[in-house]
Amino acid sequence: MNSDETSEGRNVLLKGLWKENPVLVAVLGMCPALAVTNSAINALAMGLASLFVLMSSSFLVSLFRNLIPKQVRITAYIVIIATFVTIVDFLLAAYSPVIHKELGAFIALIVVNCLILGRQEAFASKNRPGMALLDALGMGLGFTGALLAIGVIREILGSGSLFGIDLFGANFEPWVIMVLPPGGFFTLGFLLLGINWFTQRSIKEKENHG
Amino acid sequence: MNEKKPHIENVAPEKEEAGSFRLIMTLTLAGLFSGILLSTTYVVTEPVIKANKEAALREAIYVVLPGCVEIQWVWEENGVLVEGDQPPEKAESWIYKGVDQNGNLVGYALPGEGAGFQDQIVLIVGYKPENDKVIGFQVLDSRETPGLGDKIFKDKAFIANFNNLNTDPSVEIVKKGAKTKDNEVEGITGATISSKAVVKIVQESLNQWKPLLLKQAKENE
Repeated sequence: MNSDETSEGRNVLLKGLWKENPVLVAVLGMCPALAVTNSAINALAMGLASLFVLMSSSFLVSLFRNLIPKQVRITAYIVIIATFVTIVDFLLAAYSPVIHKELGAFIALIVVNCLILGRQEAFASKNRPGMALLDALGMGLGFTGALLAIGVIREILGSGSLFGIDLFGANFEPWVIMVLPPGGFFTLGFLLLGINWFTQRSIKEKENHG
Repeated sequence: MNEKKPHIENVAPEKEEAGSFRLIMTLTLAGLFSGILLSTTYVVTEPVIKANKEAALREAIYVVLPGCVEIQWVWEENGVLVEGDQPPEKAESWIYKGVDQNGNLVGYALPGEGAGFQDQIVLIVGYKPENDKVIGFQVLDSRETPGLGDKIFKDKAFIANFNNLNTDPSVEIVKKGAKTKDNEVEGITGATISSKAVVKIVQESLNQWKPLLLKQAKENE
């Protein structure tokens, strides 16, 4: 691999983490980002499950990209994605029943996560399997990271714990609203606000310096 | 990078239109491989999933019947209770009999389910016919609101209601702090519907099994 390809690969991998973060910048996959982030462990499990589905689907879609006729490509992507989602569903039920119970119907709903379908259409169907895997890894990790951030904030404020470990003792009165649906919107809103403020400021700084 | 201009590539005219045969074959093959993958995963995980469910149920029975070491299945046949060491083939519903290490009866575990605030609540209670009391309670499955309704299995004070709860004449729900009699359950503030649903489900299981159990206890005296 020459240095051009290496740096391209690095860009493909890194853009999902920050610059084009699926949740915090592109605002994709809002359903799981709001619904199952009421605790850090749920957020992490949902992120990793989506990461697995995204990587497996991107790899296959990229591998067969020249064999799938354009007219039926979306159907084919959905079949591929749904297959991996069902596999994750079975595996979680078998080897991690507690998390499976917590995530409930949201595992099956990974099928309709627009982040996953979006990456197939925008990237995997047009690039080599290696690049598609890097893209999926970056996007999946960016998604997991964003969910985890929301989950950590909501669990600390809403339950006074982190990964189930009590942080503040009995005197802390949890903000129950943070683990309820409105808490998801509040947290996401403030995170988006913070990130936009940060990016705007760095753009302005760059302009000022030259 | 490609994705900056996705539409240009998408709307470009096809060099060759794929015939319907190729379209059908592509999807048939995709479906076929998907089916093979899924059935393989199912075959591998199904026994584990089943074992998990059984283990969770067994664990719950041990919790609601403290001191119990052996479980027997009990079901109704022509108005009388029959025991066995296997789930019954004919009966639609059954309960579990718990015996301690000396072979003495600990009590019966009565499963029950019904509508909660969001979805079905599945639970199990331990019942002792000897003194007509509920001696333990556990929720097996529920999707109640996190932070509010999920207190039906997270709030220790609520669960403690079902420790030595008199069931004569029936189990009643009262507001938190208003408990005066030993057949009353204190509800959960902010989860009225969930806690009422729990008490209703418990009472329904009792209605179904208590007369049979009490009748049997009398005959054995």
